[in-house]
Amino acid sequence: MERDRIREIIEDPSEPADDAWLQSPAMGQTAAGAVSLALIGSGGAGAMRAGEILLDVAAKAGFFGLMTRTMGAQIRGGEAAALLRITTAPVSSLDDHFDLLVALDWANFSRFAAELPLAATSLVICDPDEGEVPTAIRESGAHVVALEMKKLARAVPGGRTNMVALGAVAAAIGLPAALVTDVLARQLGRKGDAVLAASASALALGVKAAAGLPPLRRLAAPPAVAGARWNISGNQATGLGALKGGIGFVAAYPITPATEVLEWMAPALAKTGGMLVQAEDELAAINMVIGASFAGTPALTATSGPGLSLMIEALGLAVASETPLVVVDVMRGGPSTGIPTKSEQSDLDIAVHGLHGDAPHLVLAPNSIGDCAFTTQWAVALAETLQTPAIVLSDQALGQSRAVIAPPPVPPTLPGRLVATAGEGGGYQRYALTASGVSPMAVPGTLGTSYVADGLEHTPRGAPSAQASDHHAQLDKRARKLAIFDYGEAWADREGTDGDEIALLTWGSATGPAREAVRRARGAGRAVRLISLRLLLPAQPARLAAALVGVRRLLVVEQSHGRQFHKFLRANYDLPAEVAVISRPGPLPIRPADILACLAKWE
Amino acid sequence: MPDIAVATAPNLTAQDFKSDIKPIWCPGCGDYSVLTALAKACAELARPRESVALISGIGCSSRLPAYTSVYGFHGVHGRALALAAGVKLARPDLTVIAAGGDGDGLSIGGNHFLHACRRNVDMTYILMDNQVYGMTKGQASPTTAPDWCESKLTPEGTGISPVAPLLLALAAGVNFFARGFAGNPNELARLIAAGITHPGFSVIHVLSPCVTFRAEQRAWKQAVHASDAAPATLPAEALTRFAADDGFTTGILFAGSKPPFMPPRYAVRTTADFERDYEIACK
Repeated sequence: MERDRIREIIEDPSEPADDAWLQSPAMGQTAAGAVSLALIGSGGAGAMRAGEILLDVAAKAGFFGLMTRTMGAQIRGGEAAALLRITTAPVSSLDDHFDLLVALDWANFSRFAAELPLAATSLVICDPDEGEVPTAIRESGAHVVALEMKKLARAVPGGRTNMVALGAVAAAIGLPAALVTDVLARQLGRKGDAVLAASASALALGVKAAAGLPPLRRLAAPPAVAGARWNISGNQATGLGALKGGIGFVAAYPITPATEVLEWMAPALAKTGGMLVQAEDELAAINMVIGASFAGTPALTATSGPGLSLMIEALGLAVASETPLVVVDVMRGGPSTGIPTKSEQSDLDIAVHGLHGDAPHLVLAPNSIGDCAFTTQWAVALAETLQTPAIVLSDQALGQSRAVIAPPPVPPTLPGRLVATAGEGGGYQRYALTASGVSPMAVPGTLGTSYVADGLEHTPRGAPSAQASDHHAQLDKRARKLAIFDYGEAWADREGTDGDEIALLTWGSATGPAREAVRRARGAGRAVRLISLRLLLPAQPARLAAALVGVRRLLVVEQSHGRQFHKFLRANYDLPAEVAVISRPGPLPIRPADILACLAKWE
Repeated sequence: MPDIAVATAPNLTAQDFKSDIKPIWCPGCGDYSVLTALAKACAELARPRESVALISGIGCSSRLPAYTSVYGFHGVHGRALALAAGVKLARPDLTVIAAGGDGDGLSIGGNHFLHACRRNVDMTYILMDNQVYGMTKGQASPTTAPDWCESKLTPEGTGISPVAPLLLALAAGVNFFARGFAGNPNELARLIAAGITHPGFSVIHVLSPCVTFRAEQRAWKQAVHASDAAPATLPAEALTRFAADDGFTTGILFAGSKPPFMPPRYAVRTTADFERDYEIACK
């Protein structure tokens, strides 16, 4: 049986691989000159603010970097951590462990200890006034040093602990103090001179205190800056991509972790002649979007899993009525309310299979923070061109992370919406059976092309019909327009060469660590290629088959418990004989070392 | 917001606003009169057919758009008001009308009814009330009396209080409320036209008998009576006046003066400006 030939291994990345290959220098942590660090504290302590300033300083100094965040559900007083990596080359993933962990306090530490891997070479800076060092820290073997951050901050009227920590960290890893002061002035300027002065004084005390710390990993000289760089979050990039795609109307209901997309778009749309409407629920949001699009304005909504669940019925309406629109789903842990503040790739099933009936639609996924702009813009163009809904699967790990990146590329230009012109008289057929499957869509206000868009099956003219011939013809039309369209090269990102016998196949935010793992493996002379699918629906079997020519072994990398991506691949594609799967549910991110450990077992 | 000029087409008759598609409605259904009244209102207002969008949900009455010659959207159950708001907000130049029944608008779509009243987008909602789900063959709706025992789903009656659309709408902040009767299409046409021209969200509550599942509603002809007062202009006044209303008073019952909702738009930035916001000034 075909099935028997597939040796399917479900890898447990937590199982350490003891392999000499992994010990080679190229396979280890980031090359010298980069720093991986975590700033933690209870919510409100300012760990996030300190992290953002640090990333901004690093960017201005010419470094690349990434900052992700992890936090509890509490609005104030929960746990919060800024997880950073500052590097000399573009970076797509957190590192295997943190070189440096700075704890403003230990409150609620146990809740996210698992997300903060340390090594024996790591350094932990903590405040002796904040109590016992947690067992997990002591057991990691990391070197723990005390720094009286709170006491130092108290020496300055209005001084804050996070600013002392910021000064100490910046100085210890080798970021220029003057630049930190500059960035601080820009970020806190609006809060007034007194706040700024207090912060600057606390910062200076931290810089001074850094001299007393043991030596730690320092940044190399920054690379020469060639071309523009952006410091942007995934949710901001999504908003920007939507705007560049021509979105003029957004209706939405607030939901974590998608809200920042909406907060960015509300003023941006108003200032570019569009609008954002806060709807009473997700049902209203998606139906308002359908109405605006029907009326001629490219329209979008952003939500997360629970909201997508509520929108599904209306997405079927958009398919049947051939109304273009985009739904951005910034995924979080599910099912149900799940883990609202933390990432998971577990909405793939509903995005692909959630609609009732035969309902061909588009599903796309950005695979980096910058790619949130590219993929969202491309999704708008595809939805408009093909007159169907597009679901964009971002997630918390992309949406709420920031990175220093080269400006992302722009997707290929597409024809956009095929609009019916006036004067077609009584003969206008909204759902005409064209060869491409795409039929001209009239905009209300146009003379002589009135029609009724309908969720009922219909004739080419749009009249309701329950006849088999009409149903079959319209099913064919709606399937055909997606099936025969040429999606070009953007369907996937690929690295490596046709000679590589091992391939990593992944999607979305899991691409970050996969990309780094492939680069490290290739750096060590291993023949590994990377394929990251950006276009999930419609599936592209011919393209993937070509991309997999010569591949003997396939490692699937995804962040879900139910192996949703692997099952999706098996349903739609022919896979090589030997397949292994890393399928880890959120909220623990997959790290490059986890992937390399699996690859090592194949050597 | 700049004033949007309303286009006119003075030479159209009511018949011009009807399509050639034969309605699925039962003979004697009140919804035929609503179609006639709506067509008449559009003709009297001289709206060009292409400038009108008629949006509906699911149910017998929601079949209305297909029987007209204007732009239409026959969407999913309960969401007509949300879809219609999207149309109007994106295209303030269009005359937007939503239509549907008591189940569509007050049960599955009840939340949108509340928020449409609050939001006050400049559009008109024709709520055809027959106190029954007709398309699924006769179940109780939110306006059905608690002791109506004719449904196989609730053979002992629903036992729950019906909704009074007028009081619900007033409590939610509606800006215009009229009640008409399908048996008087000329008055209904006037009410629909008044709702369309009144700024903001207007509800036209139509007593539209279901002769198949609620044959007793034929007696509504004797029950309806025209309001003998000028429309109330303050919600408190309307609530007081209609707190004990029998539900058969027709005419314009409330006409408020809240400004319609329309978020401001300024075209002052380009996408390139937003991209520059993220550029790093490297030292």
